Amino acid sequence: MEQILNTIERSNVELTKEDFVSDQMVKWCAGCGAHAILAAVANVFPKIGYKKENFMLVSGIGCSSRFPYYVNTYGFHGIHGRAYAIASGVKISNPKLSVWVATGDGDSMAIGGNHMIHTIRRNIDLNVILFNNMIYGLTKGQYSPTSPMGSVTKTSPQGTIEHPFNAGELVMGAQGTFFARVPDNNIKLMTEVMFESARHDGTSIIEVLQNCIIYNDKVHAPITSKDTREDNQLVLRNGEKMLFGADHKKGLRLNGTRLEVVTIGENGITEDDILVHDQYQQDPGLQLMLAKMAPPLFPVAMGVIRSAMYPTYDDMVEDQITYAKANSKILTVNDLLNSGDTFEVK
Amino acid sequence: MSEVKNVVELEDAVIKFVGDSGDGMQLSGTLFADTAAYDGNDLTTFPDYPAEIRAPQNTVAGVSGFQIHFGSKKILTFGDICDTIVALNPASLRANLKWTKKDTIIITDSEAYDDSALEKSGYKSNPLTDGSLKEFKIISAPFTTLIKEAISDLNIDNKTTLKSRNMFALGIAFKLYGKNLDHTFHYLEKKFATRPQIVEMNKRVVKAGFDYAAINPQLECLYNVPSASMEKGRYRNITGNVAAAWGLIAAGEKSERPLFLGSYPITPATEILMEIVKYKSLGAKVFQAEDEIAGICSAIGASFTGSLALTTTSGPGLSLKSEAIGLAVITELPLVIVNVQRGGPSTGLPTKSEQSDLYQALYGRNGECPLIVMAASSSADCFYSAFEAAKLSIEHMTPVILLTDGSLGNGSELFRIPDTKDLPKIVAPLAKANDPNYKPYNRDEKTLARPWAIPGTEGLRHRVGGLEKENGIGTVSMDPINHELMVGLRAEKVQRVANYIDPQEVFGDTEGDLLIVSWGGTKGVIRDSVIEMKKEGYKVGHAHFKHIMPLPKNTEEIFGKYKKIIVCELNSGQFVGYLRITFPDFKYHQANKVQSLPFMIHELKDKYYKLLEK
Repeated sequence: MEQILNTIERSNVELTKEDFVSDQMVKWCAGCGAHAILAAVANVFPKIGYKKENFMLVSGIGCSSRFPYYVNTYGFHGIHGRAYAIASGVKISNPKLSVWVATGDGDSMAIGGNHMIHTIRRNIDLNVILFNNMIYGLTKGQYSPTSPMGSVTKTSPQGTIEHPFNAGELVMGAQGTFFARVPDNNIKLMTEVMFESARHDGTSIIEVLQNCIIYNDKVHAPITSKDTREDNQLVLRNGEKMLFGADHKKGLRLNGTRLEVVTIGENGITEDDILVHDQYQQDPGLQLMLAKMAPPLFPVAMGVIRSAMYPTYDDMVEDQITYAKANSKILTVNDLLNSGDTFEVK
Repeated sequence: MSEVKNVVELEDAVIKFVGDSGDGMQLSGTLFADTAAYDGNDLTTFPDYPAEIRAPQNTVAGVSGFQIHFGSKKILTFGDICDTIVALNPASLRANLKWTKKDTIIITDSEAYDDSALEKSGYKSNPLTDGSLKEFKIISAPFTTLIKEAISDLNIDNKTTLKSRNMFALGIAFKLYGKNLDHTFHYLEKKFATRPQIVEMNKRVVKAGFDYAAINPQLECLYNVPSASMEKGRYRNITGNVAAAWGLIAAGEKSERPLFLGSYPITPATEILMEIVKYKSLGAKVFQAEDEIAGICSAIGASFTGSLALTTTSGPGLSLKSEAIGLAVITELPLVIVNVQRGGPSTGLPTKSEQSDLYQALYGRNGECPLIVMAASSSADCFYSAFEAAKLSIEHMTPVILLTDGSLGNGSELFRIPDTKDLPKIVAPLAKANDPNYKPYNRDEKTLARPWAIPGTEGLRHRVGGLEKENGIGTVSMDPINHELMVGLRAEKVQRVANYIDPQEVFGDTEGDLLIVSWGGTKGVIRDSVIEMKKEGYKVGHAHFKHIMPLPKNTEEIFGKYKKIIVCELNSGQFVGYLRITFPDFKYHQANKVQSLPFMIHELKDKYYKLLEK
């Protein structure tokens, strides 16, 4: 992986996983998808290569949000739904920190929905790991805003009657500049995607399809299990053909304005007909179609779906301050106090 | 007609400019106030405006006003009753007659009293001609006709002409009170620098009003309000909201901590946000968040990151921030929360002032959740109170709620400009890089403050959050004994702040028959009432509290020196309730008003007399 170029101070020694090991006991259930996310973070932080004091983890509430306790960085365990807002304050206050947010589907898209969309709209440079297990785990099994319609849970004994959010659609609707998706059982891909998110300037949302072994076991299995994943996942790589299936013979093409799954060698289809992924494309049209794909007609898109360059909020804050300092007559509080209309009593 | 020559000297006067929202009454009032200030008067001002931006024209709902109390003595309030009312239409006159006395001068535009305006304002007949105003001194003039005469050669359209009625009224007021036009001319030249014709028009209109008053037979005399004797120094007129903003900016500079404000617009606190955002040249980072909760949460994030973090709001916003305030309390981070109080509950009376958020500030959170509560006592004091709130917050590693109110925030008074070198030092308890003994919840022996370890600093990586922490090492702890210890430590930390604040002062008799207790924005009017009681020979003292949690250490001692105690506040009795819990051995009497209006001196004195007679 190449070196990330930005103003965050880098470590002058090679870091390893051990540098980020916390002394706290990890208290997630055995078999929880969160363990894989922790492993991927432990992989990627040394690779990113910043000084270890320059990493900051912020979370909200829920199983996902215990994450900061399990990584030895500066960390802040916030309140339900507000991780984005807390992290925004951290990043604006000190843009030379690499700020990571651990949040869940409920934390992000229910109670914290407003903060999520506005953070994305502003494009504050945060790396968000969105643990999507489609259930409320820490409160023991109520439906979440991503639970599929009809989900039977403790608060929907007859099945849910709400349309779920698709995280990618929400991100792009909010003018997001980075969206990636990974299954929790592919730590290698997760590590790569996290590195890409660190490299991206702006709000990066990484949706991890995470298993909740207690309250929603195997909810992602139709996509992530060994016998389904080849046909039901399309791992996107920038500049490469959108091919999937055990022998990479299935692919995506545009038929009119819609995506279509085709098989190379059938009906005269050749590799030339297959779409090539462009994660840097500013126009999110095709990326949105990719993010929304779902079985049975389509595979689920994995990897970095969108990574478009836009100015970040935190950079523009610094620019405005630099400009103001260079152009204002008010450079001290005494200047301020004596500015404008004043008069002397002798 | 000959010029009015008789000039009567006054110690002080109250003038109020009223008209439709959009008539420019705030501008007339501001120009009058600034002129009086340059002329050496002490003063206090208060804008009184409706919750709507432009309510229907000529209705009582749309009346906007600006009141100025100016004088040659120390001016503590914006005044109960007006000596002069400048009313641009019948609705504004009707809405403000309750603030008049016999002989109040009413300056009004006789051409504004057409049938439609009279009907919309609720008048059955024209008050200028039906005799209903005969106890007042009326100066009515055909403003528009006189304005048109004055600018006939300038070729100004009718709409613009009508908009200058406020300037004509201002001219009359200037002549009435012996003020000159220099400041107003200077203002107009600056404001409309690129539009010389507008400058010329407005100057002529003000002058026309001024000259009209000079020869008006309706005026028996003119007035002169001499300069006040004020401490030497440089002064400016300042509103409470601007003063609060500047106090916080000053605290950022003194503490050498970057300033971060996370806020969401809300009446009547928005001006603080709009003010701080102007000073990016001083490094102020301002985040207009998507809601009140994001405002405070971003500030908490910034505080963890080492900024002097602020959030500004009014009552309903404070409610929304409650959970996050608890987070700042348990993470023991500095955070200044400014609450510019308004009438409540719920949306309540957004543009009116009240002191009814004290209980919310003291108790409005889940769990046992103590923090410092302070209250500013005047518009200019908002500067010093905000500065001290930031100082205490940083040095004691605890959130502070600073209560001001709509009257203080929008009202103004003269402010003697300090030099920042004379402001107290602010020393942040920063943890040192690579300190081998660093623990997130190790405490300072004296203050019990925990060290502030800033992300990015080597050797201090740590985690905090909303879960209960083990004292010292700061890891998550559900241990029952530790929890009780932490609840106690958080409370004790706030109580110990009393060792670092000034003792409570008493004005007037330091012992006697009656102690008058107040807090927050009512200081001026209550001080005036006490001054009058003293002049009448009563043995009374006034203790005005700025520090509410904790209370100054000598509070109980002061209470013990008077036969009776009365607590005056603009709510149903919140401070008095708090005092009853804190010092239950005293009997407290009450003076309360919950009309979203200030106390009047006579209302207060009536209460005092009754207590003193018994």
